Amino acid sequence: MNRREFLKNTAKAVAGVTVPLAAIEILSPARVQALKADSSVRWAFLVDTYKCVGCGLCVKACKNENEIPYEANVTRTWVERYVLTKDGKLYADSPKGARDGFTSAKIDLGMGKFQDIRKEDIKKAFFVPKLCNQCENPPCVQVCPVGATYQAPDGVVLVDRTWCIGCGYCIMGCPYGVRFFHPKYHTAEKCNFCYHRINKGLKTACVQACPFGARQIGNIKDPNDPVAKIITTERVGILKSEFGTKPQVFYIGLDEEVR
Amino acid sequence: MVHGELWTLKELFVTPNEYIYWSVQIVMYPFMTGLVAGAFVLSSLYHVFGIKELKDIARFALVFSFALLFAAPVPIILHLQHPFRGINNLMTPHFTSAIAAFGIVFSTYGAIVASELWFLYRKHFVEQSQFLKKKQDKDFGEKLFYLIYTALTLGSFDISKEAQHKDEKAIKILAAIGIPVACFLHGYAGFIFGSVKANALWMTPLMPVIFIMSAVVSGIALCMLTYIVTMEIRKFLACKKQSPTYSPECREEIKSVEVNVIKMTAKYLLFFLIFAISLELLDLIFRGYTATKSWDVLRSVIYEKDFNSIFVFQYGIGNLIPFILFLLPGMTIRRAVVGVVLVMFGVFMMRWNVVIGGQAFSLTFAGYMHYHLPIIPHDWETLKEGLFGALAVFIMPFVLFFFLTKIFPIFGLKESH
Ligand code: SF4
Ligand code: SF4
Repeated sequence: MNRREFLKNTAKAVAGVTVPLAAIEILSPARVQALKADSSVRWAFLVDTYKCVGCGLCVKACKNENEIPYEANVTRTWVERYVLTKDGKLYADSPKGARDGFTSAKIDLGMGKFQDIRKEDIKKAFFVPKLCNQCENPPCVQVCPVGATYQAPDGVVLVDRTWCIGCGYCIMGCPYGVRFFHPKYHTAEKCNFCYHRINKGLKTACVQACPFGARQIGNIKDPNDPVAKIITTERVGILKSEFGTKPQVFYIGLDEEVR
Repeated sequence: MVHGELWTLKELFVTPNEYIYWSVQIVMYPFMTGLVAGAFVLSSLYHVFGIKELKDIARFALVFSFALLFAAPVPIILHLQHPFRGINNLMTPHFTSAIAAFGIVFSTYGAIVASELWFLYRKHFVEQSQFLKKKQDKDFGEKLFYLIYTALTLGSFDISKEAQHKDEKAIKILAAIGIPVACFLHGYAGFIFGSVKANALWMTPLMPVIFIMSAVVSGIALCMLTYIVTMEIRKFLACKKQSPTYSPECREEIKSVEVNVIKMTAKYLLFFLIFAISLELLDLIFRGYTATKSWDVLRSVIYEKDFNSIFVFQYGIGNLIPFILFLLPGMTIRRAVVGVVLVMFGVFMMRWNVVIGGQAFSLTFAGYMHYHLPIIPHDWETLKEGLFGALAVFIMPFVLFFFLTKIFPIFGLKESH
């Protein structure tokens, strides 16, 4: 074999290896199932911040339902507390994701420090529950190098635990900070609208647990759906619209302080 | 403990799932790939542009680049939560993801470096193989080397003048293709960060260019350092050992070659350093000037929380001091060593400030996270993503280089190129 032939053969071999690798996409079973799903459904979530009292029952229910260890300092959904004082300062916290509710009036500043705010200094205060926005244009799906994070036709963004390599790129890519590594499986984890429940016609665990009706889930493509009606006819807000991710979690009473 | 909790300290309003997820290994990753790309560009300066003064270091840099190449993916693998699934990246590549391109860019680049090396050393392989073949009663080592060299010739034994001429041409072409590929390899490492829109510090189209420039700087610096160390060892051997090469003249000769090469290379280092620093400063000024919503929190990180690591370590110790050292007339080897070590430190700090600094503030723009590098390991995770993991990655290419030079000798070759 002379050099010319050698080079030719090498080029062929390289092309032969890379082309099929790029062309073939191995589908995981979970993904195939998702692709078959009915796309006349688009799940959307509605949060009413006026109704939320920060009891944290939703967070607790979510942890139980989705096997996120109670003690672990990560959670699929959490509740934030915002306190605006009369002198224009903004305080916010979410101790342990509010899994036990807000039991103290002191604001958690981290590193073991707390801020006491007198009642008469408060201008306004409210609670904001957060969860994965199941974005229409999800950056987490865009950046996942192996396609372990993918979007089902009904809009819900799912993670394939058997395929995730644990690079954390999706965690970096999500502008909402909802993702984390599962303490046990060591794969990317986040809220999936209780996919196993909504597909059976049940409500998500957090919706069911909320005693005040602050959380609701519905099908935005169904005109008779009560949630869809509110979202399409009333003034609702989304988080961080500037990122262009088109969130499908809508908020009633969203404040500009909420980020 | 969840991943990241161990080395993250939170301050003020940080959301519950936020931690420093990309730790020191993700600092090492662009640092190491940068060294690969930089070393290659240095070697190509001679092969493509025919800068004669760099001839001595060009061959050296190419072999070193090859050694570094093997170390570049190690930090990523050490960082993965499921390292054994790393191969999934090649089985289901998602081209919307910058990391997914890694396998392809990286192997293309590897193939170029390997073939260039092959053309460069083909004559040596043939000669060695023929020499060992003729030799009577070979010992074990010689038998082994005979096998290795014969295999490396790939059956191409023609070392006539024309054949060598063709080799030279191939080297030139490969070196020329290699430059954009090397830049791409590193530019895309910058793209991994620059394309994350969720991160206010990373999100800039300048990121890939900034990364390329600092990569070239760090690669040249590392090659100079290793070159000096190797030459010093040779000098030491030439005067200490009762070797056949022993002679005072030989020692002087090595010394003058060394000084010349270093002086020349330092000029190129300086040139690229100016580019790298200007780009970074431009980026900084631009952010302050346009002052978008995120600027408040960025400013507090850049000018307050990370002031030392950005302005003192990166710009001061890592850029300004070596800049002055190289500008002063009458360059000496000792000064060059201090200079290149500081330059490499500066580039490392730049990677650090991008990767760790980019995670130092919360997505709420109202809280901060502090990273504490695990030093004393107490489990697998703190070992691989701690000081020792990073050191292991850094030392690896030197060990590889040592073994590679047994097969690809970098000095004393009767050469044609
Ligand atoms: S909120 Fe984050 S994790 Fe959820 S779909 Fe959007 S980008 Fe992905
Ligand atoms: S951590 Fe898993 S899901 Fe997230 S980007 Fe990496 S491979 Fe994809």
